[in-house]
Amino acid sequence: MSGNGLYPGLNLGATHGEAHEDAEKTVFGFWVFLMSDLIIFGILFASYASYLDPVGMAGGPGPKDLFDLTSVAIQTAFLLVGGIAYAGVSLALKYDQGRAKIITWLLVCAVLGAGFLFFEVKDFIAQAGEGGVPQASGWLSSYWALVGLHGIHVFSGILWIFATIGQIATRGLDDVVKVRLSMLGVFWHFLDLIWVGIFSLVFLVPLA
Amino acid sequence: MSGQTSPIFGNLDWSVTPFTDVLQHPGTSTIIGAFAASVLVLGAIAAVALFTRMRWWGPLYRNWLTSPDAKRIGIMYIALALIMLARGIIEGFVMRAHQASALGTLAQREGGLVAPDHFAQLFSTHGTIMIFFVAMPLLIGLINFVLPQQLGARDMAFPVLNQVSLGLTAAGAALVMISLLVGDFGTGGWTMYPPYTGKIFSPGEGVDYWLWAILISGMGSTLTGMNFAVTIFKERAPGMHFMRMPLFCWTSLCVAIMLIYAMPALTVSSAMLALDRYADFHFFTNEAGGNMMNYANIFWMFGHPEVYILILPAFGVFSEISSTFSGKRLYGYTSLVIASMSIAVISFTVWLHHFFTMGQSAAVNIAFGIATMVIGIPTGVKIYDWMATMWRGRVRITTPIVYLTGFFLLFVIGGLSGIILANPSIDYQVHNSTFLVAHFHNVIIPGVLYGMLAGIHYWFPKAFGFRLSETWGRRTAFLFVGGFVFTFMPLYVLGLMGMPRRSPTFQNPDFLPWMYIAAFGGVLMLCALASLIWTFWTSYRHRAALAVPGGDPWNGSTLEWSTPAPVPEWTFPCIPQVTARHEWGERKRAGDPWKAPAEYTDIEMPANTAHGLLIAIATFAFGFAMVWHIWWLAILGVLAIPGLVIFRAMRIIEPRIIPAAEVAEADGRFRQLVASLPAATRADEETERNRGVPDIAEFAG
Ligand code: HEM
Ligand SMILES: [Cu+2]
Repeated sequence: MSGNGLYPGLNLGATHGEAHEDAEKTVFGFWVFLMSDLIIFGILFASYASYLDPVGMAGGPGPKDLFDLTSVAIQTAFLLVGGIAYAGVSLALKYDQGRAKIITWLLVCAVLGAGFLFFEVKDFIAQAGEGGVPQASGWLSSYWALVGLHGIHVFSGILWIFATIGQIATRGLDDVVKVRLSMLGVFWHFLDLIWVGIFSLVFLVPLA
Repeated sequence: MSGQTSPIFGNLDWSVTPFTDVLQHPGTSTIIGAFAASVLVLGAIAAVALFTRMRWWGPLYRNWLTSPDAKRIGIMYIALALIMLARGIIEGFVMRAHQASALGTLAQREGGLVAPDHFAQLFSTHGTIMIFFVAMPLLIGLINFVLPQQLGARDMAFPVLNQVSLGLTAAGAALVMISLLVGDFGTGGWTMYPPYTGKIFSPGEGVDYWLWAILISGMGSTLTGMNFAVTIFKERAPGMHFMRMPLFCWTSLCVAIMLIYAMPALTVSSAMLALDRYADFHFFTNEAGGNMMNYANIFWMFGHPEVYILILPAFGVFSEISSTFSGKRLYGYTSLVIASMSIAVISFTVWLHHFFTMGQSAAVNIAFGIATMVIGIPTGVKIYDWMATMWRGRVRITTPIVYLTGFFLLFVIGGLSGIILANPSIDYQVHNSTFLVAHFHNVIIPGVLYGMLAGIHYWFPKAFGFRLSETWGRRTAFLFVGGFVFTFMPLYVLGLMGMPRRSPTFQNPDFLPWMYIAAFGGVLMLCALASLIWTFWTSYRHRAALAVPGGDPWNGSTLEWSTPAPVPEWTFPCIPQVTARHEWGERKRAGDPWKAPAEYTDIEMPANTAHGLLIAIATFAFGFAMVWHIWWLAILGVLAIPGLVIFRAMRIIEPRIIPAAEVAEADGRFRQLVASLPAATRADEETERNRGVPDIAEFAG
């Protein structure tokens, strides 16, 4: 069925190469989009670094006052395990294990993502309580913008998961939905990648 | 603006329109403002009346606004750009007229046609419009129209996304337009540098208009870049290897890559400024650790690649026309490819030359200065390649060639003044003077504007089935060339005399003669605009005499000339099999290029959809609401966008099938027509004998 080697995991229609070619094009396009998104994060990382000094902190609270590494570690765990959980989706898709299994794994991902967001927002609230609001200094502005943007990405990922579940429910697992599942997977892992950067550069570097 | 924010209308205050201004403070400045607003309103009313009378709304909606066809989307981009160009040129003229009458004295500083604040709005809208809503839509439109046809593809990789990009660009343009009528535009120039554009120094809606116009249309351009890149990588006809692509496709690829990597920087810098303004962040403020140089840095990480985004498609056009109108093969294809790609890459390494005076070390400045000068090398290679292409060719002085010649003469001067500015120690002297204004107009007008107009002239018959009047085309080109020289050469002198850019007034009477010359040039530019409009109109009236149904009016060598004019929506009856770099030229050489394909198959086309239109409406509403703090509408708009996307994703969308019989029928008619039309020689090219079927014996490209 997938003898030509293109996207073997998607089990696209057996008809002919066309479905695969379309998948190839769409997924490639999505990768290109993520490259563009990556630049956005890259610039935000650079800005964060440039504000990470006494001038940028302008006498406001600094990393040592605000960061709670335990919570950050919990968030990391949630997000990375969420990334692994997506493998469940991919495998269920690959071995044709049916919609129920795919939806279950998608829900697992969504729950883990929500867990991440829960702790992240909790941290944000705690930091704001200690005066660490984005209005306090240039450094805090850049911190909130960068980490917040990642959080918004995770939130959209969860929305996307539910939109996908909706699509599986209404239109079934057709080729288009399968390709979208594979794009969602790329996106979901992309969030992990960015988080690794945030974890090390935003949280670990200033505390080191 | 009233102090209170109304829950329904936000800060929207209908008592501040140009009309109320003119009643409260009558004067030339407010009269000009009211006049501009009236032109906008009357123009809109006239357009609505015309469309209603001619019953064009239905066709407009069915054939254009809901069409995912890249060719039509391209034409809509260009139409949008030309409307905005008219406004931009008129603003340029008003600024020139203002400065010619703006000699003040130390006692009475203000003078001239318009008030200082109005002048500031003029250069800000002019710059913003010219870059983002003239140059960008022109090149994106041209690429949309030409690229798939040259690649042998039926459409862009993502046709509906393409529609969305157009919608976002149009929504941004609409925001800039509506600022004529409701409220003011920002006064921070096209770059909108903080902290001046922060909330403290620029309260009110002006900067916000700019921000949302830029953020929205910038998203559109990012998506366009992706679309172009994927199209080039995945949609080439079989046999169309990279090194067989026409040069215009290569420059499009460069543009695509640059859009993908450069636009995010603009998005980030504008979003940060928006956060500063709306949520009291401190990215670029004077206090609390803000740093405005970060804005300059990020903005120009976009800004410099942007100028090459603008110029590269023009280079693509020049490559095509220099070869076609000289009847010769393009000289140095490989070197042009390498040069284009080098320009694309190096252009990401020079942005710091926009703030040599920031105060970094001399070593840093020198590194960026040298990088800047290095770009001159591949650009020079290109100029020589085009000249070599024309050398000993049988050059026909058509309109595009007039533009090309003007480009040769003027662009080189602009490039050389760029090399001068790339020298940090010289830049310290002349930065922020009209020397700089002269420099960038000197590359942008002969480069981008001439290139795009040449391209429009060249491909117009493909889109509409008739040629543009050569006589009027040449007149327009001469006016643009002459107008340029008179308008901008004096600014070099003025800059060296010490005239700062963006000055609403000056006190040195020695400036005046140069100001008058520049104002005269502004008049010529206005004439050029009028002549351009007249070219379209008169050609439309004589469309029967100018018709080229054979589809190949210039004896071209690339694939787009193999189809009828106007080109059918499916472009190719069946996807061509490419065997050579100049595929259409090779087929001419082999004899009988118009041989019918062996068999026809059903053609799948994306179905029409209102998706792009709805997204455009939602984003426009969102942008407008954000400008005026109408929060309920902003929330609605921002929810509507994912809503629309998800709604579309839920449905199964079937493509439209055009049956093979219909294609065979239309194609058969075309081939018969070609056989029945007389072949036109080069000498006949501008006469009525040119019906779009060239004498292939003469083909030498
Ligand atoms: C066609 C006739 C044109 C005229 C008469 C004209 C005139 C002017 C004038 C008077 C200024 C203000 C100079 C100053 O700051 O002292 C200006 C600025 C500018 N123009 Fe033009 N221009 C024309 C065409 C164009 C075109 C085609 C483009 C780009 C595609 C362009 C882009 C700009 C930009 C980016 C600025 C800088 C605005 C700023 O200061 O932020 N102009 N132009
Ligand atoms: Cu530059």
